[in-house]
Amino acid sequence: MSKENSIISIEHLTKTYGGKVVLNDINLEIKKGEFVTLLGPSGCGKTTLLRIIGGFRTPDDGVVRMDGKDLSGKAPNERPLNTVFQRYALFPHLDVYENIAFGLKLKHIPTAEIDRRVRKMLKMVSMTDYEDRDVDSLSGGQQQRVAIARSLVNYPEVLLLDEPLAALDLKMRKDMQLELKELHKNLGITFIYVTHDQEEALTLSDTIVVLNEGRIQQIGTPADIYNEPVNSFVADFIGESNILCGTMIEDCKVSFLGHEFECVDKGFGNNVPVDVVIRPEDIYIMKQTDHAQFTGTVKSCIFKGVHYEMFVDTDGGNEIMVQDYNAFEVGSTVGMIIKPFDIQIMKKERVCNSFEGVIDSPESVEILGASFPCKAHGLENGTSVKVEIDFKDVERQDNQEDGILAGEVHFILYKGDHYHITVRTDGPADFFVDTNDVWDKGDLVGITLNPENIRVIPVRRDE
Amino acid sequence: MKKLFAQLYVWLILLLLYAPIFFIVIFSFTESRVLGNWTGFSTELYGNLFHNLIQQTGTGTLTAAIWNTLIIALVAASASTILGTVSAIGIFNMNARRKNAMMFLNNIPMINPDVITGVSLFLLFIFLHVAQGYTSVTLAHISICTPYVLLSVMPRLYQMNPNTYEAALDLGATPSQALWKVMIPQLRPGMISGFILAFTMSIDDFAVTFFTRGTVGLDTLSTYIYTDARKGGLTPELRPLMTLIFATVLVLLIVINIRQRRSAAIQKN
Repeated sequence: MSKENSIISIEHLTKTYGGKVVLNDINLEIKKGEFVTLLGPSGCGKTTLLRIIGGFRTPDDGVVRMDGKDLSGKAPNERPLNTVFQRYALFPHLDVYENIAFGLKLKHIPTAEIDRRVRKMLKMVSMTDYEDRDVDSLSGGQQQRVAIARSLVNYPEVLLLDEPLAALDLKMRKDMQLELKELHKNLGITFIYVTHDQEEALTLSDTIVVLNEGRIQQIGTPADIYNEPVNSFVADFIGESNILCGTMIEDCKVSFLGHEFECVDKGFGNNVPVDVVIRPEDIYIMKQTDHAQFTGTVKSCIFKGVHYEMFVDTDGGNEIMVQDYNAFEVGSTVGMIIKPFDIQIMKKERVCNSFEGVIDSPESVEILGASFPCKAHGLENGTSVKVEIDFKDVERQDNQEDGILAGEVHFILYKGDHYHITVRTDGPADFFVDTNDVWDKGDLVGITLNPENIRVIPVRRDE
Repeated sequence: MKKLFAQLYVWLILLLLYAPIFFIVIFSFTESRVLGNWTGFSTELYGNLFHNLIQQTGTGTLTAAIWNTLIIALVAASASTILGTVSAIGIFNMNARRKNAMMFLNNIPMINPDVITGVSLFLLFIFLHVAQGYTSVTLAHISICTPYVLLSVMPRLYQMNPNTYEAALDLGATPSQALWKVMIPQLRPGMISGFILAFTMSIDDFAVTFFTRGTVGLDTLSTYIYTDARKGGLTPELRPLMTLIFATVLVLLIVINIRQRRSAAIQKN
C-alpha cells in the first residue's frame, strides 16, 4: 500500500467532536524529507490532524501509518516523532540545558553523550551561551529556538510543528521562517507544519495541503496552489484574487466581465458556466484604451509598499482589484489586458441551491426541517423530491424569527459584481445566496423564499 | 474631615477585632494570677510554662496535648496535600459543567458550620467502627483540610501551559513520569501553600476535634485549653502559650501571603 519513499501515510481519517465533523475522510501521503504544510483557516481541522499524527487524539476512523507500520493505539511517547507546540510549552522549572536534555535523560543515554548532543543543538539554533538561563527570561523567539532544539535533540524522523511562529512579531517571524527552512535543508528530515498564514506556507513548503471544513481542498506545490487553485475557496484563501462568474464558450475561449478572452483551458464543454480566477498582479493596466481588451474607471488607489492596489469599475459593470507598480489617478479611465496564461478557469462547484425535500402539503415542501410554501405541485404528501432555488432568489430577513429557516452567514466571496454567500443552517446543508447587499460573517439571518422561485422536481424511486 | 472619619472607622474595626488577642498577649507578661490585673512586667509565666512543659509529661498533660496537635497536624496536612492535589488535577481536566459542579461541592464543607461537620463525622465514625482517638481525629482533619489544598493548587493549574504535559509525553515520558517530572514541579508552590494552610487549619480546629476525639482521653491544644478553662478559670500559664500559638499562626499566614504575592509578581513579568 505505502508508496516507495513515503514516510507517513494517512488513510480515510475521520474525527467528530460533539456531532461536528472536524476531519472528513482525509487521505494523504507524505514523502521522506518533505516539508509539508497543512494550511487552512481556524477550525478547518489542521491542528486536529497534526494532533492525531502526534498521538494526542484518537481518530474515529482511519489509520496513520509511519514507514508502513500502523500507529493506532501507540501513545505519544511511543511514536518516533516529536512536536513543537504552539506556545512553546517549555518546562518553566528547568533551565535551557535541562529542557533540551529532558528527552535524552528519559532514555537513559550516558551523560557525556547527552552533553554532546545538547551542545550541538544549542549551537544549531544559535543559543550557545544560554544554557543556564531560566526559560522565562528568554524572548519569544529564543523560547521557540529552545523548543525546536528540545524536539530535534531526539533525532526524530518526523518533526510536527503546530503554528510555531504564530506568537512572534512579524520581523522575528520572517527571520525564523528562513532559519526553519535552512534547518530543514540541513537535517533532511520530514517536517509537517501547521499554519493559517498562507504567506508562511508559500515561503516554507515543498508541498501545501489546503484544508477547509475538515476536507482536503488541494494538494500541490506552492506554485501549483497559487497559480492553479482548484476551487474558489483555495483561490480566495491563497493570496489576493478576483473570482468572477464566466462562461466557457468553447475550448480556449471564455467570456467574463462582459468580454470574450482567449485562454489555455480545454475540456469544459461549450457554453458552460465557470468560475474565473484572475490574480490582481496579472491584470495589465495602462492609460491608453485603444489596444485594451476592456476598460474601466479607477475607483480607489492605495500604496502598499511595493505596489499600488487599485479597485477598478469595469465597463461590464464589475469591480476588480488590480495591482501595479504605477499609480493611476482615481476617476481616470484606464485600459486593461489579461494574458491567456493568467486566466485560471474552475468548474463551478454548484449552479443553484439543491436540496432533498419531502412534500408535506399540496402547496408546500419541507426542506432542511422547515416547511416552505410553493406553487401547487399536485404531488402526494410524503413524496421525496429534489428542490432547486437559484442563488439570487433566496431572500434574507434581518431577524432570524422573520425567516422560515434561521441561519448564520458563514463565508463571503466577492465575485466582481455580487457577493456569493454561504448561510449555514442547523440542517445538514447550507444555503447559497447571490446578493449585492453587504452581509457580515457571523450575521444571524432568516431565510424566506418566494413560492414562484421554488422548483420542485419529483425523484423517481426505483422499486 | 470625611477622610479622618473613614480612617477612625477602620482603626476602630481593627481594634475590636484584635482587642481580645492583645488582651491575652499583654497579660501574658505579668505575674498576676487574675486576668485583667496588671502587677508589673514579668516573664515569669513564660518561665513557668516551659518549666511545666519539660517537667510534666505523659497522658493528659499540656506537653502531650502539644505533641498530639503537632503529629495530627503533620499527618493530616501531608495526607490532604496529596489528596487535594490529585483531586485538583482530576477536576481541572473535567469539562466546564462538571468542573463547576465539583468546585461547588468542594466549597460546601468549607462554609458548613464546624459543629455540624464535627457531629456528622462523629456519627459516621461510630457507624463505621473507626478507632476513636488518633485515627478518628486525623481522618476528620484530613477531610476538613483537603478542600483548602484543592483551592490553593487549582490556580497553579490554570497558570500552567497545558501543553507542557503533552510535551513531556512527546519527548518520551510515560504519563507517570510526566506527572512527577513536569506537573508536580510546576504545582509545587501551590502544594506548599496548601500544606501550610492545612497545617494551621488542623492546629486551630476545636469543634471537629472535640466531637471526633472520642472518650479515650486524647487531647489536642484546643481541647486541652477548653477543658482547663471550664475547670475553674484559665490557668495563668496558658496566656503565654496562646500568645505563642498566635505568633506561630501569624508567621505562617505571613509566609503564605508573601508566597502568593511573589508568585503573582512572577505572573506579571
